[in-house]
Amino acid sequence: MGKVLKPGVTIKGTKEGLLFFLDDSRPFTAIMNELKYKLEHNNAAHIWDGPEMKVQIKLGKRQITKQEELELRNLFAIRKNLQIQGFESEAGSYLLEPEHGIQMLVGTVRSGQVLQHVGDLLFAGDVNPGGIIQSTGSIFVLGALRGLAHAGVKGDHTAIIAASILRPTQLRIAEIISRPPDHWEEKEVEMQFAYVHGEQISVEKMHLLSQIRPEKEWKEPYHRGI
Amino acid sequence: MITSGKGGVGKSTTSVNIGTALSLSNKKVCLIDTDIGLRNLDVLLGLENRIIYDIIDVVEKKCRIRQALIKDKRCEELYLLPAAQIKDKTALNANQLRWLVAELKEEFDFVIIDCPAGIETGFQHAIAGADRAIIVTTPECTAVRDADRVIGLLEKESIAQPKLVVNRLRTQMVRDGGMMDIDEVVAMLAIDLLGVVPDDEQVIRGGNLGEPVAHSNSLAGKAYRNIAKRIQGEMVPLMILQKKSNMFFRMKKWLGFA
Repeated sequence: MGKVLKPGVTIKGTKEGLLFFLDDSRPFTAIMNELKYKLEHNNAAHIWDGPEMKVQIKLGKRQITKQEELELRNLFAIRKNLQIQGFESEAGSYLLEPEHGIQMLVGTVRSGQVLQHVGDLLFAGDVNPGGIIQSTGSIFVLGALRGLAHAGVKGDHTAIIAASILRPTQLRIAEIISRPPDHWEEKEVEMQFAYVHGEQISVEKMHLLSQIRPEKEWKEPYHRGI
Repeated sequence: MITSGKGGVGKSTTSVNIGTALSLSNKKVCLIDTDIGLRNLDVLLGLENRIIYDIIDVVEKKCRIRQALIKDKRCEELYLLPAAQIKDKTALNANQLRWLVAELKEEFDFVIIDCPAGIETGFQHAIAGADRAIIVTTPECTAVRDADRVIGLLEKESIAQPKLVVNRLRTQMVRDGGMMDIDEVVAMLAIDLLGVVPDDEQVIRGGNLGEPVAHSNSLAGKAYRNIAKRIQGEMVPLMILQKKSNMFFRMKKWLGFA
């Protein structure tokens, strides 16, 4: 007899919430299909539609890409009461390309120069016209961005481009390209950022970022009365 | 070396005048024209008719360095090594220039290399010989853009901190908002400013007569002499070109360009 076939997705309930064990020996697409089936079909309806529940996803020895994480999050969005709390992998970081947090580089990107980076980048200095700054993650320029900036070069639509002085010749996020207006309003001295809004790139003042990326918003820890 | 990327911003004029100004302060200066095929420095100095040998003859060992050097008409310690007019840029390579500069450094306090425009072979070779660089730009978008590119290339070649000369500044236009001002240019290029040369008819007149403006008492001449002082480590404040009082206009009237 062969081995008993384990299910691809095992769900366990704990005091804190639900644990999803995703079998690491099967292809990720198979797991996704099974998970989709389980979430879409109400064979355990009371969990799916009940009160808010925290979900921890255990990946076994598997590590996933940012894209796969996004797919998983989208899948769980079917059930509004399930809140993904985190991912865990026995291999350490759950992401294949671990994010080292944000990395800082300094200098000037001059005409004809290309600064390529993996992950989020904080660049302290100017990007001059004709210069290119690109990164797989978001780009933050502490200085004047007058050249071309390309964030999320590998297709991350959630990447943003922010600069103290945002005067780019062109902005690109993932595969979306935008050319800013030919004439900037000189008055705009506030720090701005660009993000993907629908099919195009929009530019907003910095303080609106918390509305556009609420999941990143910093909140003062909430204390109940003693 | 004196370079700009863009052509026509005044590299040669700047080379000649800085060279002249340096030699006026009793330094031994040698100017090398590396713009082979488009020889200019000799004309600006009024030495065209004295050329016997040129830089290519020297590197091809057809003559000794001494023989090719032309002494300036006015300055005792200013020499020119002219470019060849009948060859092209491929006639000179980086090693030859490196050797030449090393030889000249033995004898002169300053060896000034006038770079050809562009970022191709001629420029690449000039870099090889230089250990300091002066970038010349005018306050125009195109010139500043090209200067930026050149600074980037120089950084790659690890030439220590290039210095900036802003040429042909028109104070009136800056005031009208029709021209970038100095702060804008310096902020954009993010390198040290060595000097500002105002747009001055005398420069062109002097160039045509073969008399560098650095000899004269014009504003541009003064600006070049200040630059020379700064090169030698003196602290000289920038000339006030944007004085709001009528004094400046009167001065301009005296000089005949208002």
